[in-house]
Amino acid sequence: MTVVINTRTLRKIPGYAFLSVSAILSLFPLFFMVVSATNTSQDVLNSRLLPGVHLLENFAKLVGSQDVGTAMWHSTVNATGTTVLALIFCSLAGYGFEVFHSRGKDRLMGFLLLAIMIPFAATMIPLFQMFADFGLINSSIAVIMPTIATPFLVLLFRQSARSFPHEILEAARIDGLGEVSIFVRIFLPTMRSTYAAAAVITFMAAWNSFLWPKVILISNAYQTMPMLISNLTAGYVTDYGMLMLAVLIASLPTMLIFLVLQRTFAEGITGAIK
Amino acid sequence: MGAGFPPAPSPLKKAEPLVSISTRLAATHPRTQKPRRMRMEQRRNLTGWVFLLPAAFLIALMNFWPMIQALVLSFKTGRGTRLNFAQPLWYNYQRLFQDDIFKLTVTNTLIYLVIQVPIMLILALILANLLNAKDLRFKTLWRTAIFLPCAVSLVSYSLVFRTMFATDGFVNDALMSMNLTHAQINWLGQPDTARMVIILGLLWRWTGYNMVFYLAAMQNIDYSTLEAAKIDGAGPVKTLLYVTVPQLKPIILLTAIMSTNGTIQLFDESWNLTNGGPAYSSMSMSHYLFELSFQKNPNFGYGAAISYAILIMVAILAAIQMKVGDRRD
Repeated sequence: MTVVINTRTLRKIPGYAFLSVSAILSLFPLFFMVVSATNTSQDVLNSRLLPGVHLLENFAKLVGSQDVGTAMWHSTVNATGTTVLALIFCSLAGYGFEVFHSRGKDRLMGFLLLAIMIPFAATMIPLFQMFADFGLINSSIAVIMPTIATPFLVLLFRQSARSFPHEILEAARIDGLGEVSIFVRIFLPTMRSTYAAAAVITFMAAWNSFLWPKVILISNAYQTMPMLISNLTAGYVTDYGMLMLAVLIASLPTMLIFLVLQRTFAEGITGAIK
Repeated sequence: MGAGFPPAPSPLKKAEPLVSISTRLAATHPRTQKPRRMRMEQRRNLTGWVFLLPAAFLIALMNFWPMIQALVLSFKTGRGTRLNFAQPLWYNYQRLFQDDIFKLTVTNTLIYLVIQVPIMLILALILANLLNAKDLRFKTLWRTAIFLPCAVSLVSYSLVFRTMFATDGFVNDALMSMNLTHAQINWLGQPDTARMVIILGLLWRWTGYNMVFYLAAMQNIDYSTLEAAKIDGAGPVKTLLYVTVPQLKPIILLTAIMSTNGTIQLFDESWNLTNGGPAYSSMSMSHYLFELSFQKNPNFGYGAAISYAILIMVAILAAIQMKVGDRRD
């Protein structure tokens, strides 16, 4: 060989090649979605991979045929409501389990964790009946309620409460602070990163949820964004440009959150295992 | 530290527990000490219950209670809301074993499980291992790109894949322009290719997700063990297999159980990507359950029996995996 290549550099090539292929395959469908949103249906089928000039046209067609604004509003209300309530309920519980722990509470926690293994399919029909009995079909309450308290989030908060020092707690008690004030004024601010992680994963899961909203929101007037885009393929002819734009709009909030708070999201999904 | 996600920094360092000032204060008043402490402890215990009961109650009401109700329901027959106990009681379960569509959906789900989960976890491990190398360039870029599919919903990516795999869509065009195939393949119209597209979709969506778990766990691996392997002459493959993987065992078990759980409950992809078709040949169990329970003539009793079949499969597979995971110790 005339060119001297460091063998160490040479050995790294397969790794970089594997990473490059993986990265391209991971990004391509998303690139395809974004580019296709700017093209006509015919362009999409002709595999045009360059940005087109039909974005506004697709948008006009979409909002002309679908109530996108209402669906976005429903998704926002449901996802925000779920996130706020889940953070309150689960952080209170995680704090209660850890800071005031007793044998009875530990046993209850162990029992509640079993709920992680219950497939949603096994509770879907009775949940539907329960909310139907209360006249709550098509309501946000019914969409939100089943995901407010999850064993996973309680566990996440319990694990993080473990690092909350007891000395501070005792000091605050001596200063005459009530238990609720200690939680709100001391625990909550110190655990900001846990709250952020919990908020990100809960919001993304709630925004993207499909099966339960589909079960409980019978009327199309209450549909969320995932339901709206899913219904776009129901006709005989699918307008692919418009479909990809709708998919892009439905994905924008979670994609933005992901790109800005990727680290927080990763901490959230892996947090409870620490 | 630069590679993966370092464990969340604990906001405050835990110090040795001090003798609390309150105990010392209480000790100066020996007469009042005992009853006051009892009252305090009881009150605190009670406060704890008040903190956790709302969530505990909701978890029970939204998970355990409907699970019990579904069991009762699975012994009933009838249409709509007029349900009576079946004769014999296990009629719905008997029917399961004669239902060819149900058997097909079980087969489909198991195909997804057996093919997709191992490939995905191995890919995730390899990627995490590459990203964990100390001298890798553009780490953040690689990680973000491979993790990004997790940002879109299952419905969204299903529709993108459906568009790409349409008969006159991008994938066929690409294959034909590369001369890999001469005629358009009807990806979503044939049982095997339809299942394959679902598996490809699942791999695309979840590999990065699992990779992040491995990356996080690799932060806790002592780097000196990897160095030692290198000095002993182990190549990257051997180091991964004999040094890294054994240390990641608990997390591999966790991801295996999570992925199995998720795949058995597969719904969004079956509904949006292939619509279960052609016929029922790519339909998942949850999709069939939805069709039986909420479309056409709803049959809640039979639906509940199917939902229990799903529950039992989740439980059995998790138990098997935990057994296997334990044995290797």
